[in-house]
Amino acid sequence: MGCGASVATNTQGRRVETDELVKSPSPALTMKAAVLIQRWYRRYMARLEMRRRYTWNIFQSIEYAREQDQLQLSSFFTFMLDNFTQLNGNGPDLISQLLDPVVDPWLDRETCYSLIPVPETYTGPRLSFPLSVADTNALLSAFKEQQTLHAKYVLQLLYETKKLLKQMPNIIHLSTSYTKEITICGDLHGRFDDLLLIFYKNGLPSAETPYVFNGDFVDRGKKSTEVVILLFAYLLLYPDYMHLNRGNHEDHIMNLRYGFTKEVMQKYKTHGREILQLFQDIFSLLPIATVIDGKILIVHGGISDQTDLDFLSCIERYKVKSALRFPRCSLEQVDIGHSCREAKRMRSTDSLPSSSQSNSKNQRTPSQRKRRCGLSQHDRAASSSSSSSSSSSSLRSPRTPSCLSSHPCPTSPSMPDAGNILQVPFLDSLSSVPLPSAPQREREWRQLFPLLKIVDILWSDPKPQEGCSPNTFRGGGCYFGPDVTQRLLLRHGLQLLIRSHECKQEGYELCHGGQVITIFSASNYYEEGSNRGAYIKLGRELVPRFYQYQVSRTTRKLTLTQRVRAAEGSALRALKEKLFAHRSELMAGFQQYDRNNTGSMSVSEWAQVMESVLRLDLPWRTLRPHLTRLAPDGGVDYPSCFQDMGPGSHLSQVTPNLAETLFRYRTDIEIIFNIIDKDHSGLISIEEFRHTWRLFSAHLGVNIDDRAINDLARSIDFNKDGSIDFTEFLEAFRVVHKLDNKDQQLNGKMDGEKYS
Amino acid sequence: MAENKQSAVSDAHKKIKAAFEAFDYKSNNTVDVREIGTIIYSLGCFPTQKDLHDFIAEVEEDRAGFIHISKFLPAMTKVLLENRFPPIPEERLFQAFEVLDKEKKGYLEREELSNYMTKEGEPFTQVEMDEMMAALTIDEKAHISYKDLFGLLTS
Repeated sequence: MGCGASVATNTQGRRVETDELVKSPSPALTMKAAVLIQRWYRRYMARLEMRRRYTWNIFQSIEYAREQDQLQLSSFFTFMLDNFTQLNGNGPDLISQLLDPVVDPWLDRETCYSLIPVPETYTGPRLSFPLSVADTNALLSAFKEQQTLHAKYVLQLLYETKKLLKQMPNIIHLSTSYTKEITICGDLHGRFDDLLLIFYKNGLPSAETPYVFNGDFVDRGKKSTEVVILLFAYLLLYPDYMHLNRGNHEDHIMNLRYGFTKEVMQKYKTHGREILQLFQDIFSLLPIATVIDGKILIVHGGISDQTDLDFLSCIERYKVKSALRFPRCSLEQVDIGHSCREAKRMRSTDSLPSSSQSNSKNQRTPSQRKRRCGLSQHDRAASSSSSSSSSSSSLRSPRTPSCLSSHPCPTSPSMPDAGNILQVPFLDSLSSVPLPSAPQREREWRQLFPLLKIVDILWSDPKPQEGCSPNTFRGGGCYFGPDVTQRLLLRHGLQLLIRSHECKQEGYELCHGGQVITIFSASNYYEEGSNRGAYIKLGRELVPRFYQYQVSRTTRKLTLTQRVRAAEGSALRALKEKLFAHRSELMAGFQQYDRNNTGSMSVSEWAQVMESVLRLDLPWRTLRPHLTRLAPDGGVDYPSCFQDMGPGSHLSQVTPNLAETLFRYRTDIEIIFNIIDKDHSGLISIEEFRHTWRLFSAHLGVNIDDRAINDLARSIDFNKDGSIDFTEFLEAFRVVHKLDNKDQQLNGKMDGEKYS
Repeated sequence: MAENKQSAVSDAHKKIKAAFEAFDYKSNNTVDVREIGTIIYSLGCFPTQKDLHDFIAEVEEDRAGFIHISKFLPAMTKVLLENRFPPIPEERLFQAFEVLDKEKKGYLEREELSNYMTKEGEPFTQVEMDEMMAALTIDEKAHISYKDLFGLLTS
């Protein structure tokens, strides 16, 4: 501060010399002015930082909530499979075809793609196998120019990839002694621009530039097909220098919800289903882990305290088609429909025996253990409000906490003995696996166990606290603490765990005292400017070096303020849509605090309701000004939460209850319609619509009477020709933000696509 | 009266906890001491750097580099209830710019602003200076309209 004064004098002196006519303020005043401006600036930056942080929170919370919703959808598919009667004779075959296809012998024959004609007018790459650098270069330039690879070549490429992957072990061992440096990339999620940027900065895959891509190549981004085709092409070209790990999105059921299935169907109208079937097989054939120099373990999600690399190298990984469905054979003895209802009545959960028990014992003691799942605030809130009467609450994962995890849970004495039945937590309900005979039990267990080991590898997240607990946030895998990491590294003589699976601001993050690195390669994941992407380079000394980047979609560089504002706007829109979709529950909650219907309540009460209904761990008090107005008495004007939003188009026949359910499950319904619509006409028959809707609402436990559905169906059938344009139908249940100006509307639309 | 005070305290507690949690990365009720400024500003306060240093000295854990909620909460509650770092009216910010604009040009040269901010008052670090520059649209002549800067800071 002392310096300031003397400099000011100098400055002042100079000014006096140059312009004696100007009356200069005193040095003290100048200093005060400077301090004032600095204070304002620092405050401004601090507030910007806070906004950025809670924007990030919103995106992450909603993302995790969506992943939980995903589990619902899968359980619905199972429900449909088991309970379908007929759907124009297309029903069960159609759905099981997509969800659980039997290996089509036709697809395994080499000639299946060679019979597909490629028209003269096709100007895209014509690949020749075995692939050469010319082919991969052709793919690169074609994709840069927005071309689509012809289905014939896609099928051929996939077929070759499948052949190659079949020969690979579960765990790939690499060595740095023959190569310069290995580059390790994280999630790409269909961001082709990020892949291009990595290749541009770091070099194309080659003997000098080997790569490991750590899973999640597809879903969410718009160019998943291009990303994965290019990665597979390099895999075929350089099987020794290109290595791919499986991620949790390399899973056909995840793909149904997060966009890859839709993208493939849109780009490949005729051969989409065959292509998807091949992808399904290929995904399950991807290696699940890579080890470098016996010292560095790379897996997509993480580990659990049950992870054992030796065990993992032996299992039949291809049997695990999806983390969200058990292998078909083990379902034959399972009556899921019955046990769903059973579970809802019992409201109990159970855990699976630990590996040591199952391997050594044939007799399973019928002791049941209550699972105390989840250390997150979610579960505490959920368990206290689990008696809420909301009809759809039973299916949201946190309320009946159950996870697909190999991690056993602590005992509690209060569980009744349910007899000689193995209660296997399956998504959000219990599957009763009857245990008639010991050998059969063994077989069942042996079939289920590897599934869970792989789920751990693909879904787990590190946490700061010690221990290992089921990852209720995601509904699969574990949260593993630094002690779990330490033990695993010691057990296998490793020094570092590299994983991905979580978006990080800077593209990478260290934790567990530097023993775990998260690497994430999709920049701007939530929104333009939300985060950087990064990759790791590893040389012989095995010290990781991080390289960051960020794809910029606009030519004009956005300032930090503009980026934060854009991201914030996007996050708030997504959050508001959640509010809208839960309107009746929220209003019911609000009215409990406002019995006199004054239309206002304190901020604390408002925050309380938001937290307990939406179960998103967000700073509600900070967000309040963005979500509601203040009432004249200074309290929160809670009805204003819903004021600025409305439906995409007007449907007169729809009761509020039905409308809200449709809003909430819009994405799921869209997926189901897409499955039913075999010929991609965009139309389904009224009968199919009614049938599907009836099943879906029965499964959700939502009380929508038949008449309402019939009325709805008839009102949507605008042409009165017995078929429904479901795009129009879904348009009605898209949330529109009334206050958006045109630009924001456009952004909102893009976001809608991103999240669907 | 006592009830009002009670609810004011509990409101303050809730606000402070929420802000604190946003920076508690390890979920162990501590934050890095370098984030304290951000937290305090976000709670609506306008401390000077000296104010911050003094506050930190009160609550830091034996110079260990982090601050525990058990010390932060009572200290910060007092700050809020006493309004110890009150906000500065916007007009004074504008006047501050006018003071610095000695030649009454209506704008500040980039050099000029940079000099003031890095050499006067409670100087910016180079990082802070670079960030401020990046946040502004500076025309080719490197003139910074302080009306724009004022608008940014008060938005």
